[in-house]
Amino acid sequence: MKRITEIGLKGMKATRRILTGVCLLACLMPGAQVLAMSGTDWHMEPMKPNLQDLPSLQNGWRLYVNYCLGCHSLQYQRYERTADDLGVPHDIVLDELIFTGQKIGEHMTSAMSPELAKQWFGGPPPDLTMVARTRGEEWLYNYLKTFYVDEARPFGVNNKVFPNVGMPNVLMGLQGTQRSACIQMPQIAANGGERRDPLTGEPITEEKCGQLVVDEGSGLYSPEEFDQAVYDIVNFLYYVGEPSRLERYRIGVYVLLFTLILFVFTYLLGREFQKDVKH
Amino acid sequence: MAGQNASQEGKMARAWFSFMDWVDERFPLTETFEYHMSRYWAPKNFNFWYYFGVLSMVVLVIQLLTGIWLTMSYSPSSAFASVEYIMRDVEYGWLLRYLHSTGASAFFVVVYLHMFRGLMYGSYRKPRELLWLVGMAIFAVLIIEGFAGYLLPWGNMSFWAGQVIVSLVGAIPSIGPDLMEWVRGDFLMSDITLNRFFALHVIALPLVLVMLVFVHIVALHHVGSNNPDGIEIKKNKDANGIPLDGIPFHPYYTIGHDLPAIMIFLFIFFLVVFFAPEMGGYFIEKPNFEPANPLKTPEHIAPVWYYTPFYAMLRAATFPLFGIPAKFWGFVVMAGAIVLPAALPWLDRSPVKSIRYKGWISKVTLGLFVVTFFVLGYLGTIPPSPVATKIAQLGTAVYFAYFVLMPWYTRVEKTKPVPDRVTS
Repeated sequence: MKRITEIGLKGMKATRRILTGVCLLACLMPGAQVLAMSGTDWHMEPMKPNLQDLPSLQNGWRLYVNYCLGCHSLQYQRYERTADDLGVPHDIVLDELIFTGQKIGEHMTSAMSPELAKQWFGGPPPDLTMVARTRGEEWLYNYLKTFYVDEARPFGVNNKVFPNVGMPNVLMGLQGTQRSACIQMPQIAANGGERRDPLTGEPITEEKCGQLVVDEGSGLYSPEEFDQAVYDIVNFLYYVGEPSRLERYRIGVYVLLFTLILFVFTYLLGREFQKDVKH
Repeated sequence: MAGQNASQEGKMARAWFSFMDWVDERFPLTETFEYHMSRYWAPKNFNFWYYFGVLSMVVLVIQLLTGIWLTMSYSPSSAFASVEYIMRDVEYGWLLRYLHSTGASAFFVVVYLHMFRGLMYGSYRKPRELLWLVGMAIFAVLIIEGFAGYLLPWGNMSFWAGQVIVSLVGAIPSIGPDLMEWVRGDFLMSDITLNRFFALHVIALPLVLVMLVFVHIVALHHVGSNNPDGIEIKKNKDANGIPLDGIPFHPYYTIGHDLPAIMIFLFIFFLVVFFAPEMGGYFIEKPNFEPANPLKTPEHIAPVWYYTPFYAMLRAATFPLFGIPAKFWGFVVMAGAIVLPAALPWLDRSPVKSIRYKGWISKVTLGLFVVTFFVLGYLGTIPPSPVATKIAQLGTAVYFAYFVLMPWYTRVEKTKPVPDRVTS
């Protein structure tokens, strides 16, 4: 009788050990991926998507339709599904977001012909349904924010995260003219804080080149508004990458609770049977 | 009232027994159930490591069921789009797909642990040689099944992984190029290649797999289960011919031991399915969210984690031999590494089965083997570098040495005396 309980206990201990291992592995894994993915040395700003933030997702959808959908399809995602998930009434979608005469149940495809696109850009602009899954939301956020003037490029702009990209800066009207320049920046001390003059308390600065500065007043949005707009677009693309994510989390909690309860009962049942076993 | 109820119950029971008699006269139902379940005497000292056989069965069922439903919506002629259709438009399609993709990884987790149990307790030793060989056949089929399934989403990693693995066939001297074309069915990776892997994945290989699993269990129940002590419980029987250290598999193991363990397994499994189905790019790789593109090679081609130890050994062969290119030798090393454990019943010459009674050399080599397997697994995920290749070559040598030197080190080491009856 005692034996099997002991075995059970040993099993539980081993299970716990393995679980810890799994968790450790899970923590280590994304790190390895990040290392493999980053192609440039641009310091990435973090971006944490929030699928609960419906206004952000709705605004992201609006901006996407107005600034991106002309070239980049979302060929696996339907208007209707998006409208229902993001809480936008169908008539508003039909009036305000569908400019192509498509029906609500159709996929969000671009009207650009691939032949012309090839002529204009050297290749058809990629479909972006799953771009947040391949590139990652942080990459997208930084990519959209780091276009800068570069007359040597065909579209007059270059990008810090995706050097020599063949895409114009479509958000320039909102952001304004951004340049890569040398600016005075506070020196960072060894302890991570800004270095200051011990007498005056003024920050000690140094010149750093390759920094991005926007010509003041050249864009429709303030820098903060623009950051939010880019955040919203990326948040929307994160949603489109896997539209069932929130449902997955919601159901997952119940499934795990159910499995846990089932474990308790099967464990108690199993213990009754183990009482019969003599050692 | 009470009497009436009892007579009612008696009638029901009589009806049930007469029905069972009717069936048993025509089909050995009760006999089969008793032989495999209620009168199958399993050693009473099973421990943690004995969960993974039944868990393999659980995962097999998950894969078969989710696979059937995925096939209802998947279409190889528009493979990539149909997977996204499943993910977005099919009711709970995302759940079916994640159960299936996570199930593939779970399958290899439990099968590797199941095999490790066999390695530890000498479950391959006489009289279980055929049981072990059938198990190895299951493992080999599972590897091909997993690979065929990996191609089906026809993402860019599917395409390039297929390209790399199929091209291995082309490295075989003289017949290689023609054989590769025959396997691929085309001059390059195309729809016909995808379609044949689809056929293999959904019918041919699962059929073989299920039949082999059936044979595996028939063989197991014929010879009886091994146990952590590596003692034959059939040697000590009571007056009725029942092993003294055996307990009926059903209900004491099915309900008393396995059912709660299945729940713990499912808990971990669902944790991944619902909260980390990509597992940071190790269960579903990022480049596979892009459609197959013959003109765009992914930055770094790596197989899914469960093949990486063997992939590392494949890449470890870097020099030509006898005028045959290194690629072919890589293929030979990889195939050898997969097949070699099948020889274990004849490589292990120890007088005892279980690691508990083996000497220190066996314990050290087994530990080293496990560490090597993990190191090779890691190396298979990273891009090749001179240092990594050197370590992989050393790892490959250790992997093969574990098997090749086994006849020697299991014979020379001093073993502990094995008790007559099972311990704990």
